[in-house]
Amino acid sequence: MTYILKPQLHHPSLPTNSLGYTRRDYEGSVSTLCAGCGHDSISSAIIQACFELELPPHRVAKLSGIGCSSKTPDYFLGASHGFNTVHGRMPSVLTGANLANRELIYLGVSGDGDSASIGLGQFAHAIRRGVNMLYIVENNGVYGLTKGQFSATSDKGSKSKRGVVNHDAGIDMVSLALQMGATFVGRSFSGDKAQLVPLIKAGLAHKGAAFIDCISPCVQFNNHPGSTKSFDYVREHNEVVNRLDVITPRDPIHVDYKPGETVRVQQHDGSVLSLHKLNELYNPNSRAQALGYLQARQARGQIVTGLLFVDPEAGDLHDAVGTVDTPLNQLSEAELVPGQAALDRINASLR
Amino acid sequence: MQRTRELESDYFHKVVDCQWACPAHTPVPEYIRLIAEGRYSEAYMINWKSNVFPGILGRTCDRPCEPACRRGRVEDEPVAICRLKRVAADNKSDVTGLMPPPAAAPNGKRIALVGCGPASLTVARDLAPLGYQLTIFDGEARSAGMIRSQIPRFRLPEEVIDEEVGYVQALGGVEMRFGQRIDSLKALLEEGYDAVFVGSGAPRGRDLDLPGRQEAAANIHIGIDWLSSVSFGHIERIGRRVIVLGGGNTAMDCCRTSRRLGGEDVKVIVRSGFEEMKASPWEKEDAMHEDIPILNYRVPKAFTHDGGRLTGVLFEVVKAEFDDRGRRRLVPSGEPDEHYECDDVLVAVGQENAFPWIETDIGLQFDEWHMPQVDPASFQSTLPNVFFGGDAAFGPKNIIWAVAQGHEAAVSIHKFSCGEDVSVRPPPGVTLVSQKMGIHEWSYDNDVSNDHRYRVPLLDKKEALTNVRLEVELGFDRELGLKEAQRCLNCDVQTVFADKLCIECDACVDICPMDCITFTEDGEEADLRGRLKAAATNLTQDLYVSGKLATGRVMAKDEDVCLHCGLCAERCPTGAWDMQKFYLEMTHAGPQCLSQ
Repeated sequence: MTYILKPQLHHPSLPTNSLGYTRRDYEGSVSTLCAGCGHDSISSAIIQACFELELPPHRVAKLSGIGCSSKTPDYFLGASHGFNTVHGRMPSVLTGANLANRELIYLGVSGDGDSASIGLGQFAHAIRRGVNMLYIVENNGVYGLTKGQFSATSDKGSKSKRGVVNHDAGIDMVSLALQMGATFVGRSFSGDKAQLVPLIKAGLAHKGAAFIDCISPCVQFNNHPGSTKSFDYVREHNEVVNRLDVITPRDPIHVDYKPGETVRVQQHDGSVLSLHKLNELYNPNSRAQALGYLQARQARGQIVTGLLFVDPEAGDLHDAVGTVDTPLNQLSEAELVPGQAALDRINASLR
Repeated sequence: MQRTRELESDYFHKVVDCQWACPAHTPVPEYIRLIAEGRYSEAYMINWKSNVFPGILGRTCDRPCEPACRRGRVEDEPVAICRLKRVAADNKSDVTGLMPPPAAAPNGKRIALVGCGPASLTVARDLAPLGYQLTIFDGEARSAGMIRSQIPRFRLPEEVIDEEVGYVQALGGVEMRFGQRIDSLKALLEEGYDAVFVGSGAPRGRDLDLPGRQEAAANIHIGIDWLSSVSFGHIERIGRRVIVLGGGNTAMDCCRTSRRLGGEDVKVIVRSGFEEMKASPWEKEDAMHEDIPILNYRVPKAFTHDGGRLTGVLFEVVKAEFDDRGRRRLVPSGEPDEHYECDDVLVAVGQENAFPWIETDIGLQFDEWHMPQVDPASFQSTLPNVFFGGDAAFGPKNIIWAVAQGHEAAVSIHKFSCGEDVSVRPPPGVTLVSQKMGIHEWSYDNDVSNDHRYRVPLLDKKEALTNVRLEVELGFDRELGLKEAQRCLNCDVQTVFADKLCIECDACVDICPMDCITFTEDGEEADLRGRLKAAATNLTQDLYVSGKLATGRVMAKDEDVCLHCGLCAERCPTGAWDMQKFYLEMTHAGPQCLSQ
């Protein structure tokens, strides 16, 4: 909780993007989360990513459920559309919004409680339908807002702040997303913006269901020895499989890495994902291999991060159901209410 | 880079740009906060301790603090520090009870001070409470030296001078002998003083030896002498058309005084370019506001006259050329010479020291420029019991320099009188205190004002020009003073970082509105400066660098544009950042300045 507003003054050299906005223009109100919360770092990474992608803020819709993480959309993109839904129901509302207006960029922000407990079914179905969105779970493995109970993503055997050992198996959101058919899956860490910002950019640019599991230590209730979501634990057990650069069509292409070490993936919108491999064995184009690799590393206590899977040819829900290209709010009344003759034709076709 | 050793160096003092730039190291943010709280007397006393003449300096200081002010790097203009000082002086209540009491008994030492200007008065202020018997000699009939003689009354009313000289006199042990010009140092030394302080200023105005100078002498005046005659009421009129030669602050005072004594067509004509003029930008502005044009790149060639009656000045028109080393040279532009008609000329092309009264055979060494050899730290001359300060020591500067040098000279005189080595200088007194009051509560107002610099209200121009003794600046009232005070960034409230507590959560990096903080791999300073979140290109501002943290990285903070808003400390979950007030007070003459 901070009582003063963040000063409007900014560094004299703060750059502007092609829209004339500075990074500061993508901020929201001052965070009311605990000092040091990993979620604030993720908000900051979203701000940086949207600035770098030069997104017009009014073309972004940010949706969230309930929880510490679901409060954060208030703290970034103050000029964007926002919807704070019922607990765990963000995926349905996002799906509906997306069907109604396919021209906006959808950012779902949720937490481990909102998405892995009360909203697990909602999460699974939005992913498997291939809703065009970036779904970020700010995963701290604890119910911070209710003072520190284990959440559904707390690892089995990890300890609470009071020393209690968790006996339930943790849900791995990344594996779940892969199994549900997400076409872009990444994992990152709030303490590593160099990794997180390009992942968010790539996820926003991806067509189809993009999912990022972002480990975000809860400084208040889950940053102690015995936790598997603490700054120290994640830093010690982080296995980064690749480093990502996102090259938008406007950017000049330059190569920093030796050929062979870098994979280039072109996305629908023309952006190029330049993946620098840190682990030669890891192939982000194979869902099956990704799942196997994750399981193996998880068994060794490692946390695999990076861009874990991407299908650049992915389609979305609109492709599947064949909706009209024009957003519904731009259709005229004549198009929306075609009249009795049209209804009769449809009824006749179904007889 | 090596971890910043903030407590073993001037590190934190340099962060307080205004205080670092002030020759007397006045604790500026501290008194500005007191003004914001309406505690004017306390704000005045902080100033009085540091610079002796808050009311005078609040109107006349050359303000080296303002170009240094961090606010000027963050937005358009610095805090109006100088005029806030005046707010403290104008609004204080009776401060006599806050002044040091006179010494209980004389300490038996007698000091002679030559000249009653700001340097000597500072020495007297510092030494009087210690029991010294001080005798100040001055050739003029009144106190305060150039403060009274050269600064026009429309900028500095007489009452302000009398009040602040009065505070020095009230300390006891100070005898002022006016109308007694010292014409022999040898004779003065023979009177058996324990030490002599020379604070006689730079009293000689430079002349221009050009054709016509002698013939038209009746209407050609030396600027500082003329100003002095105006101040003491000997001159009350000047011709309708006046040319002022010179581009310093004295020239600005000359032209503005002329406008008030009947000069209707007053021009300043200067050799150099407008930008390179020595006058402070605000003094040039004030002159132009009073309809005084400033013509530049014109070198005077001759005074024209008609049988001894001045008719004007002839100028060669020049232009600036720069050589490979960037040095400027004025070369003829090839344009025809220009003649400007006038009734009077004021020559304000600089001033010099003059020591015809110091004998060459008494052991006091002079340098090649005929200036006394004076140690720049102790202000001791080659005669151990003779000390210099102010313009007499190192040539013409400003009041605030005279004050700063007076303080140092007083320390030296005290050490000398106590038989101590004057080359060992006392360190300043320093405190560093956390400002944390609660979880997100600080004992200073950390909210940053977005206001732009407020203009000081002026008297209506028409009225101001009718009377040379009418103060033209009205000063900030309390309301404006408060608003201007709120623009101060509290740079003395330092961001202090404790490496061991940091968990590298990035919260400070994310919240910092100025992108000052970066966690990155260590490196040499030049390399590190380029790798920060916002490149640290202002090399005059230090980097604050931590030791190695858990991840092997370091925290590097660029001090350049930090707002001292405290948000890094508010967002820090472990208290690794704290806001701590750094208070530095120079050690003046007294028990603390002695080694024993």
